[in-house]
Amino acid sequence: MAHLTLSGLTRSFGSEVILNDIDLDIQTGELIVFVGPSGCGKSTLLRMIAGLEKITDGTLEIDGQVMNDIPPSQRGIAMVFQSYALYPHMTVRDNMAFALNIAKKPKAEIDAAVDRAAKALQLEPYLDRLPNALSGGQRQRVAIGRAIVRNPKVYLFDEPLSNLDAALRVATRIEIAQLKEAMPESTMIYVTHDQIEAMTLADRIVVLANKGIAQVGSPLELYERPRTEFVAQFIGSPAMNLLPGKITATGPKTEVTLDAGGVAVTEIATTDTDMGRAVNLGIRPEDFVIADGDAIFEGEVEILEALGEVSLLYLPANMSVGEGAVSANQTHLIAKLPGIHDGLKGQSVCLTADPAKLQIFADGITMRR
Amino acid sequence: MQQALFALSTIIIGVFGCVAYFYFSNLLLDRMCPAKGPNAGRNINRANAIRPWLFVFPALAILSIYLLYPVFSTAYLSLHDSGGDFIGVGNYTWLAQDEKFRESLVNNLMWLLVVPAASTFFGLVAAGLTDRIKWGQLAQSLVFMPMAISFVGAAVIWKFIYDYRGDNQGEQIGLLNALVQAFGGDPQAWITLPFWNNFFLMAILIWIQTGFAMVILSAALKGISEETIEAAYLDGASPLQVFFKIKIPQIWGTIAVVWTTITVTVLKVFDIVFAMTNGQWGTQVLANLMYDWMFRGSPDFGRGSAIVVVIMLLVTPVMVWNIYNAHKESR
Repeated sequence: MAHLTLSGLTRSFGSEVILNDIDLDIQTGELIVFVGPSGCGKSTLLRMIAGLEKITDGTLEIDGQVMNDIPPSQRGIAMVFQSYALYPHMTVRDNMAFALNIAKKPKAEIDAAVDRAAKALQLEPYLDRLPNALSGGQRQRVAIGRAIVRNPKVYLFDEPLSNLDAALRVATRIEIAQLKEAMPESTMIYVTHDQIEAMTLADRIVVLANKGIAQVGSPLELYERPRTEFVAQFIGSPAMNLLPGKITATGPKTEVTLDAGGVAVTEIATTDTDMGRAVNLGIRPEDFVIADGDAIFEGEVEILEALGEVSLLYLPANMSVGEGAVSANQTHLIAKLPGIHDGLKGQSVCLTADPAKLQIFADGITMRR
Repeated sequence: MQQALFALSTIIIGVFGCVAYFYFSNLLLDRMCPAKGPNAGRNINRANAIRPWLFVFPALAILSIYLLYPVFSTAYLSLHDSGGDFIGVGNYTWLAQDEKFRESLVNNLMWLLVVPAASTFFGLVAAGLTDRIKWGQLAQSLVFMPMAISFVGAAVIWKFIYDYRGDNQGEQIGLLNALVQAFGGDPQAWITLPFWNNFFLMAILIWIQTGFAMVILSAALKGISEETIEAAYLDGASPLQVFFKIKIPQIWGTIAVVWTTITVTVLKVFDIVFAMTNGQWGTQVLANLMYDWMFRGSPDFGRGSAIVVVIMLLVTPVMVWNIYNAHKESR
């Protein structure tokens, strides 16, 4: 029930800038996910919205009201912490009722709100237990319940699933998605470093890097049309391959000749001035197919990781690596082929890809317009 | 010179004696249960079962001699009169009727009610206030400083604070009297004022123990998860509400440990009373009474021991609860 406007939001400690000049509009009912490598300031940004971190410069508006100097409790937000942050000395019921008790709401109203949230989160059998008698997933549900009970305008989630084990993480992720569907009016901001959470939950993803916003867009937009090499390699796993090359033909279809020898024709339009420009050709590992005829890349499979449903082929190559991309492989091109390809290890293979799915980056920025 | 040499050789013999004990007893055990041959497995298990006892034996033996033996010896003495004749519970029946003992018991009870409560309270306030400020460390070291002063030293310092000069003894030099005079009051001989003088003595112990309480409680406050505090602020709690509803309940166990630890100290309080009033003017406490009977005038070991036994019986349940709480905390 709220829209947020962040304009020029900046956080610095002395001369050290943590976040610089963040502009962002968040619409009512949106689920926005902040992702980025560790230390990019995504949690700081969330905490600035919550009021736990001071805003050095810029303004934060919720529903048109400037919130910079409003105390956290009056901003109409509720936050779910990574460590759950349940009050260990209070029962589940008291934990969820705490905010309403502080606000001196009538008892009947508090009980009704707690019971409603407990029912929605299947916490009814545990209402009289202490947090340390609950499992991790149950604790996280209590933390979410504590937020729901307050009926906030904006929900803030700070890496809520990172302390759960893998199976529980999937289950809780789906619960959060269902929760969002049940409350289409609430605005949610979700911080994570897990791109699967980001891709599955988000209406829009905000990729943070280098103290600022690298790109904002829907999950598929970021996947299909990354604006920079950084975003291209950050979204998707394994990271996008970046092969250095030169533009050798321009026009509606641009031709890139790779330093390694192959030639790729893309569906990206360029003009004559781009002729001969040094670029990186971006190909996602999952877009590769084994070629019958002309290949973009040819090489020997040095490592083969068979995962059953897919096989990862590692071919030695001189790769470009986007700035700040931690997960990218610098020495091998990676191809992800569906199914089992046991025989390919040590073999030479020719790889090609759908021209529509290729990306060209010049100086780290996409040439797609 | 000769003494120094004697002390040095004692130390050397002691240290090397210990090393030799551990080395040779260990060696002997290995010889008796060799980790080879037909029974290697059984020997290793057996040696492992014996070895810990071998190593704790000296400590255990010394503890028994210096802690356990006196307990029984005191209990034995308390059943005899000053001449060493067995009189059963005679000393205890005498205690029950003794005026001074009753006064001591009442005073001890007052100390017990006031000092642990006040020290813990002031310690908690100091810890809470110094938790988040820049010069909190400095403030904490100042509050902690009295802990480094011996009780007798502290008593001497406070003697000056409470000091009183009679009419023809010149100007008042006591700090408290200076304050009273500054506000237009008449100087008093504070430590002779019946009943209230007890509280003037308690102030000294509170002054000392507050530092102890603060340090322990401050560490406990730092151990509270930062996120629960932030969550409470988000839930709308004021700083005071966060302190009382979130922080204190989370360190309740530590508060209990601090409280009981100070309680034990208070039950044994001796030095302060001994140095300040020596139990005059209605300030007698059990430990000082015991000292009086044990070592003053015509000593009566029987009566002194009976008082000690009473003190021990009073301390024991507090001690047990203290250890129980400390265990719960460390889990």
